[in-house]
Amino acid sequence: MREALRRFFDGDVWHSFRNSPVAMAAAAVAALCVFCAAFAPWVAPHDPFDLASLELADSRLPPAWDAEGKPAYLLGTDDQGRDILSALMYGARISLLVGLASVLLSVLVGVSLGLLSGFVGGRIDAFVMRVCDVMLSFPAILIALLIDGVGRALFPNAHDTLAFAVLILAIALSGWVKFARTVRGSTLVERHKEYVQAARVIGVSKWRIMGRHVLPNVMGPVLVLATIDIGQAILIEATLSFLGVGVPPTQPSLGTLIRIGNDFLFSGEWWITIFPGMVLVMIALSVNLLGDWLRDALNPRLQ
Amino acid sequence: MTLRQTLLAAALATSLAMAGGAASAVTLRVANQGDSNSMDPHSLNESLQLSFTGNVYEPLVGRDKKLALAPALATSWKQTSPTVWRFELRKGVLFHGGEKFTADDVVFTFKRAAGDGSDMKGYTSTIKEVRKVDDFTVDIETTAPFPILPDVISLVYIMNKSWCEANKAEKPVDRRKGIENAASFRTNGTGPFRTKERQPATRTVLVRNFNYWGKVESNVDEVIFTPIGNDATRVAALLSGEIDVMEPVPLQDVERIKANAGLKVMQGPELRTIFLGMDQKRDELLFSNVKGKNPFKDVRVRRAFYQAIDIEAIRTRVMRGAATPTALMVAPGIKGFVPELNKRAPHDAEAAKKLLAEAGYPNGFEVGMNCPNDRYVNDGEICQAIAANLARIGVKINLQAESKATYFPKILSRNTSFYMLGWTPGTYDAHNALSNLMATPTDKGQGLFNLGSYSNAKVDELTLKIQSETDEAKRNAMIAEAFKLHAEDFGHIPLHQQALAWAMKKNVELVQLPDNFMPFRWITVK
Repeated sequence: MREALRRFFDGDVWHSFRNSPVAMAAAAVAALCVFCAAFAPWVAPHDPFDLASLELADSRLPPAWDAEGKPAYLLGTDDQGRDILSALMYGARISLLVGLASVLLSVLVGVSLGLLSGFVGGRIDAFVMRVCDVMLSFPAILIALLIDGVGRALFPNAHDTLAFAVLILAIALSGWVKFARTVRGSTLVERHKEYVQAARVIGVSKWRIMGRHVLPNVMGPVLVLATIDIGQAILIEATLSFLGVGVPPTQPSLGTLIRIGNDFLFSGEWWITIFPGMVLVMIALSVNLLGDWLRDALNPRLQ
Repeated sequence: MTLRQTLLAAALATSLAMAGGAASAVTLRVANQGDSNSMDPHSLNESLQLSFTGNVYEPLVGRDKKLALAPALATSWKQTSPTVWRFELRKGVLFHGGEKFTADDVVFTFKRAAGDGSDMKGYTSTIKEVRKVDDFTVDIETTAPFPILPDVISLVYIMNKSWCEANKAEKPVDRRKGIENAASFRTNGTGPFRTKERQPATRTVLVRNFNYWGKVESNVDEVIFTPIGNDATRVAALLSGEIDVMEPVPLQDVERIKANAGLKVMQGPELRTIFLGMDQKRDELLFSNVKGKNPFKDVRVRRAFYQAIDIEAIRTRVMRGAATPTALMVAPGIKGFVPELNKRAPHDAEAAKKLLAEAGYPNGFEVGMNCPNDRYVNDGEICQAIAANLARIGVKINLQAESKATYFPKILSRNTSFYMLGWTPGTYDAHNALSNLMATPTDKGQGLFNLGSYSNAKVDELTLKIQSETDEAKRNAMIAEAFKLHAEDFGHIPLHQQALAWAMKKNVELVQLPDNFMPFRWITVK
């Protein structure tokens, strides 16, 4: 373990990170967001999901620096009297959880199918790739909407936990295709290399070659793609919640907060939508910048 | 219709259309937060759908600008015996398809409205038989003396018999079962407008019916109706001039629209009462963590829910003052409204908590709540505020807020434990609220919208008596007694009457009816 850490800090990746201010800034912002989200119950001044603590009389208060604002609500409150700052932390929690979990799931599905398809070839390859073609011909958001709709029809009494599962599944199933395609391409290249043939010659089983030898060599691009995809998954979750098929209204995610605030733009209550919007942009941008940097750092041709 | 007649009618229509065209056709673009769920006038007893299809179809007895009865397809009506009403029908009226309007259409319509899949049974439940006397005379016999029959049938729109048969639309579109038929998408009425184009949830175009029997106080040739669900988008569409009229105006944007020189806002009281209902029939609630019993069967639980709700905060914060809290299920302005009884049980979270504990739920319980989010003013927000109120007495609400397109089919099939509904008595009479909302549900149409099956035999008995009582004072006393019993039972939780808010361009003149109907024939564009 210690050896691995030492190798990491001595290696090219860490070096490149230390020399890229953009990457460091993005990492700092992302870390701050993840910290606030993960420790929301301890960091946030209020609990916006605890309905009993909401005070309707304090609804739609402007941020604290405004003359009408209250110091207890730094960034103001929304139409139900939820503290915006706390709602942001709790909301980011949902957004990040959904983002990470769905990307993890789509990596899992995409990588296994891509690996299988590229290594085994033949009918399986043809079948998986045709499924990919079909998935690619629909926009991701449409597929997510469809799966979410089916999920809700199957489990009409789905509350909270199940709704989350359906949401994560919906986003994951609309996102696995690009992983499958990438991995299949790399696998096709790898499987003709000498080390694979050598493994075959000494009688290593097909599954073991796939898992132990080919997989580590095709994971590079996948990691990069995944970081970029997290930002996208958060945006899809925001869109789904915006469309009203995401998380329940009493537990607003960043997307729900933006939707609520949208109705108040004309009446001048701008803070309800602007702050969640800013946080969403910050998360998506920092994760994307990190992904960009990682792609460059791992690309030997750019060094 | 012979070929010759068809050609004549076509030629006439063309020449009239051209005459109108010379003065440049007037198009009115109307937006609403939702769509008429179907074009079938018997499929959903909902204000928007009846208001919209009321431009295409007509009842026997209609309403004027003050909501008083006015002749429509019937020119006169009288009681020939305590249980029989005679209607003289208007002669020379043509349906949009060219068919002549006769007594057969009336008999057919009432059969359709009382049959399977109809949502209008509440209006026909007292009718025993509809008889054709001759081509232009119809007798309606009721099961008991029924002095308010003309009021009750003012929303039963007449359809054409031969057209329905030819299009296999003899039965209404059943929203509960999701069955659609030709009448969902096409229309054949006698009204001042006809349907030109129907794209559900997207756009519906109505054009003037130049063969209309009456005078139309409107210069509008074409109405383009667009549902725009998002409040901000709807306001933006009006501000940018993309639409001419829209309703409802989001409460937060009233000032903003008033400040615009080219626009105006019309506000007024609405007759609709918003309330909550609870499933009091099932032995176990569909959506709750209480197993083996139904907490809503206990009046203490219902009372606790009632008293937990801070109606004043909802009025001032969620509704921005544009609502009148109510203790009754009907609004002032409805015949039979009892001002003395309009006193709400006080908001008292402590008392509510105590009641819950007495009922055996000291730590509260969990229950699912169904709520529309595009039907009533700030409906989704009201439900969230109520969920917060109930959280303080330990009740955890699993709130499901959704579009009315999925909401109504769900709650109308009673697939709910706790729901929100708004009701305007279609007859502007308290009896309508009693028989639709508070009477024990029967398969004859009583309690059709009593979705939680509140049941009190005494209320049922009074409802039946009120129906046939002709003496005004006696009738009002019985209405008051029934309302009192319902209030003591906490059969429903009345919330408030919302205020109407419509916005339009300054050059649009229209009539705002307190039942939230917008007849296009009274709209003029200057």
